[in-house]
Amino acid sequence: MRDRSFAPSRILIYLVVTLFAAAYLAPLVVVVLNSVRTNEEIAQGSMIGWPQHMAWRNYLTAWSGFCIAETCAGIRPYMLNSALITIPATIFSTLLGAVAGYAVSLWRFRGDNWIYGIVTLGLFLPQQMRLLPWTIVLRDIGLINTLWGLVLIHTIQGLSFTVLFCRNYYIAIPHELIRTARIDGAGFFRIFWRIILPLSSPILIVTVIWQFTHIWNEFLYGVTFTTGQQQPVTAALIALSAAVADIPQHGVQSAAVIIAALPTLLIYLFGGRYFVRGLTAGAVK
Amino acid sequence: MAALSIRALSKRYANLEVLKGIDLDIESGEFTVLVGPSGCGKSTLLNIVAGLDRASDGTIEIGGRVVNDVPPKDRDIAMVFQSYALYPSMTVRQNITFGMECRHVAKAEQEKALANVAKLLQIEPLLGRKPSQLSGGQRQRVAMGRALVRDPLLFLFDEPLSNLDAKLRVEMRMEIKRLHQRIGATIVYVTHDQIEAMTMATRIAVMHRGVVQQFADPDTVYRYPANLFVARFMGSPPMNSMPARLEANAGGPVAVIGAGRPDEVRIHLQDYDAATSYVGREVVLGIRPECIAEGDRVFSAATGAPVIVTAPVELVEPTGAETIVLLRLGGEPAQARISPDIRPTPGGTASFALDTRRICLFDPETERLIA
Repeated sequence: MRDRSFAPSRILIYLVVTLFAAAYLAPLVVVVLNSVRTNEEIAQGSMIGWPQHMAWRNYLTAWSGFCIAETCAGIRPYMLNSALITIPATIFSTLLGAVAGYAVSLWRFRGDNWIYGIVTLGLFLPQQMRLLPWTIVLRDIGLINTLWGLVLIHTIQGLSFTVLFCRNYYIAIPHELIRTARIDGAGFFRIFWRIILPLSSPILIVTVIWQFTHIWNEFLYGVTFTTGQQQPVTAALIALSAAVADIPQHGVQSAAVIIAALPTLLIYLFGGRYFVRGLTAGAVK
Repeated sequence: MAALSIRALSKRYANLEVLKGIDLDIESGEFTVLVGPSGCGKSTLLNIVAGLDRASDGTIEIGGRVVNDVPPKDRDIAMVFQSYALYPSMTVRQNITFGMECRHVAKAEQEKALANVAKLLQIEPLLGRKPSQLSGGQRQRVAMGRALVRDPLLFLFDEPLSNLDAKLRVEMRMEIKRLHQRIGATIVYVTHDQIEAMTMATRIAVMHRGVVQQFADPDTVYRYPANLFVARFMGSPPMNSMPARLEANAGGPVAVIGAGRPDEVRIHLQDYDAATSYVGREVVLGIRPECIAEGDRVFSAATGAPVIVTAPVELVEPTGAETIVLLRLGGEPAQARISPDIRPTPGGTASFALDTRRICLFDPETERLIA
């Protein structure tokens, strides 16, 4: 038998794949390398280059020493802001999405499909379109420039996605399960809590990963509705680059970017296999 | 006391009427089987009785109480589904006690009821397992245990054996019947399988197109089917039906199959007084396959000589216990059940004996039983 690994078509495939991978990974490599180069080194050479000696200080400066908008505490407070927005918004939107998905898939009621349709319509509306309505809402309820304002936005916007995912998962659960439970005397929430929720871990993991990543990485609402000390880290990073426009600090900036990206990277590394498994999880047998 | 009374019940979905004026009275302790082809409305009827679906019209009484507006949990019923519907994340024990937990039954009482049911169904070794670790028959047993533990006025079974393989189905069929004999529960059982209906029921309601065609004990349904639908639905192979002409004759009318043909079959009917008004007219003659046998068969307690015919044989199906023969009576196709060791040659002719006491006559217009 011919050794297939040296077939010309194989070589071509590997070549193309490697090219694509390199193209995708190049920015990450540049950022990682720059995050451990000193400012002088980058200024003397170019943006692309191998670190001469490891400047770990960049990370410390980015984390807690750098000045953003006249406060010299690094990105730490903004990381905390992001966590305080992302964690509650992820939990709320996932739980509400699970309950709503359970209601529209397993409890038939008049107009259930309409409600489902309208909620998921949110997936197709561009973000920019919602800025003005949210501005009015946040102003009227007094949550403008607060973390809770962003929690509210992300919880509600996230519902479009979480309801879609949970509903599509729950629709595969046999209706007879609900009927039996109703005859047994269980109500809406008891059935959800005791029967549906224990079956939901695959879809809840998927939803949590998705929501966490999206809310953490979200930029537009953060930069629109918060300023100064209230900003999430994605918005603060921009403020950081604006603050250093006169003296470029690429090393520190790169370190800050990597720190800011770390939570979602870790979530994906640890939860990634559940993510794929959950997406392909079929009927509950 | 009637355990279940259904009065003038109907169910409409938009323009589709799936149940049309159902009236049923089921006595306490009866095993009633609702049987019919798929789409006849039997499951819808059961769901309405359970309270999982609402009737468009009519009333339902369970144990003398009108329950139209009573939620399922307060109807004093228990239901077993085709898919068993065991709660996947709970153990067998939790599955059985979940209902009692919802109704806030005291722990000690729960344990007692659980122990009783587990012993009755012999599922004690399974109590700690999850449904995914059970076989089909075991799941079925647990589903029944969950119903039994409630000790309700009424048990509802929705095709509970359809998911089992043939052998297990027969075993569970016997077991359910034995259970009914032992605990004397009132059961309403839905199935599309007429054998299940015949073997288990004390009374059968045959349903078709949202109407109860006949509601009677199994023998009556089999022997005197109310109409052609029931005649053809109950029994396997089904009752043979063929056009015939009634002619006047001293001592009772004569049914002629294939009148005018050289091979016409003349059957003298005794004790068919109700058919007198049909003399001279066309009717539909129904004869069960077991009433057509090999020519030398003596039907038990047969009065007078059986009608012996010589008929062409088209097809022979040996089943082991008997031989099914497709033949022609006066040109009309009919199936016969003959002794297993007799194998007529297809394409040839053979002699057959007809048991004429069990012939049914139907009106060709209304398809109703005449006699």
